[in-house]
Amino acid sequence: MKKKILQADNPVTEVHDLTVTYDRKPVLWDIDLTLPKGSVIGVMGPNGAGKSTLIKAMMGLLPLASGYVKMFDEKLDDVREQVSYVPQRGTVDWDFPALVKDVVLMGRYSKIGLFKRPRQSDKEIAMDCLRKVNMEAFAERQISQLSGGQQQRVFLARALAQHADLYFMDEPFVGVDMATEKAIVDLLQEMSAKGKTVVVVHHDLQTARQYFDWIVLLNTRLVASGPTKEVLTDELLAETYGGKLTLLNEVSQEIKNKEFPNREE
Amino acid sequence: MNDLLIILTASFVAISCSLLGCFLVLRKMTMVADAISHAVLPGIVIAFLLSGSRDSMVMLAGAAAFGILTTFLIELFHLKGGLQSDASIGVTFTWLFALGVILISVFAGQVDLDQDCVLYGEIAYVPIDLWITKSGTIMGPRALWISAIVMVIIIAFILLAYKELYLTTFDPAFAAAIGISTTLWHYLLMSMVSLVSVASFESVGAILVVALIVTPPATAYLLTRELKKMLILSVIIGVITSVGGFYLAYALDGSIAGAMATVGGILFGLAFLFSPTDGYISRFRRKTNKAAMINALQE
Repeated sequence: MKKKILQADNPVTEVHDLTVTYDRKPVLWDIDLTLPKGSVIGVMGPNGAGKSTLIKAMMGLLPLASGYVKMFDEKLDDVREQVSYVPQRGTVDWDFPALVKDVVLMGRYSKIGLFKRPRQSDKEIAMDCLRKVNMEAFAERQISQLSGGQQQRVFLARALAQHADLYFMDEPFVGVDMATEKAIVDLLQEMSAKGKTVVVVHHDLQTARQYFDWIVLLNTRLVASGPTKEVLTDELLAETYGGKLTLLNEVSQEIKNKEFPNREE
Repeated sequence: MNDLLIILTASFVAISCSLLGCFLVLRKMTMVADAISHAVLPGIVIAFLLSGSRDSMVMLAGAAAFGILTTFLIELFHLKGGLQSDASIGVTFTWLFALGVILISVFAGQVDLDQDCVLYGEIAYVPIDLWITKSGTIMGPRALWISAIVMVIIIAFILLAYKELYLTTFDPAFAAAIGISTTLWHYLLMSMVSLVSVASFESVGAILVVALIVTPPATAYLLTRELKKMLILSVIIGVITSVGGFYLAYALDGSIAGAMATVGGILFGLAFLFSPTDGYISRFRRKTNKAAMINALQE
């Protein structure tokens, strides 16, 4: 099996011998990698490769069968405040009785502390983050009135409000409009320029080269981890996606050519 | 005077139920509350048998213990046994409730609890059952005190933990990611439901308590899309339900618990039909307006 696993010079997070099983079947097998500080990192692989599982396991949201994760050279529990997470948009009920500004304010909860109420400064930070994703006009709206792209921006604003140094984002580009995708990518690049690290689960190979500085290729086992140029090679992609790759490429190209662009989703 | 005592007791219970109910409705867990309200029965009986008194604190502790046991068993059968969550609720609470019924009937001679009263509640007797301290001072109806204390606990719980309850209800994954334990808050909420169940036993009984936990929040949900307003509205609806129920029962000379649940149902029906945002009629109107507009445009 072809592999190319490069180590980061200034790792922000390290994963050692990580194995995650579901019903005794391995979803992730013996993952060992380091990710560089201040970069936008794409986690890629076919469906069912364990991409979401990897970031959930790194965030301590799933039990590990073996291995350990270090962030900023510490255990996750000691640095949780510095780490933020953007779950998949579909995991919450968007009919929930909440206003946009309330959801963004949730990003401040870990800083506010137990039993305390949000301060004025927290509310200002939340509004500031809404502005960064161009959603300040929607602050008083019900979340049920948002489109897919707007929902994703709200989730992103909530993560930004945490003022973390390391961000994990689960499929932020799924079901969003082009304008939102562009706005999110710009924001991610701006964040990495400021020394923040963003780990993004992504599936579109076409845009990967443009969006990410570092790429992790995954298919239950780790196939590659390294700078985009060195990792996005035909050989490694074939190893990750197997025979499915060429077919996938043709299909997605076909869809792109034919489908009328949908404005909302 | 007696009427007022009954109405106050019922309102206190309704307020506690409605507040917790909002979070249960949003967590899609109202049936867990139904389960707990039944499953605390053996806890109450065992506490009674052990302590030999109807001392409220002992009963509350017994009920809380069984409430948590119920929650734990439901999770256990669902997560470790792979059973569907509704089936796991059904298995757990019927079994525990049955245990309580058997305990009552076996120890009927020693237990000053009556199955009818447990099932249907008998709030009309509230003014008769007085709390008399050891020195002989009459403090007023026992049930009134219990429901007032429980209400204060619930209100304090929700005021203090509003943001944690809000976040763990809306987005458990994010809550866990920022270090707020979803399991802890789940169990805390369920302990509160157990407390409320005991307080409700004497007023509406095990069967109808779920009417107070679900119906006012469900009605409020149709009227607003903001959690704070939903909590306040559901408290108001809960109080209207209990006061209205009392007078309906008075007029019909029927069961107070039954009348309260009926009033709750009627209020829900009104909200379902006439709510300005989510009501059936306003939805229907919007649809026909849209159709009319499209027709006009086409002509």
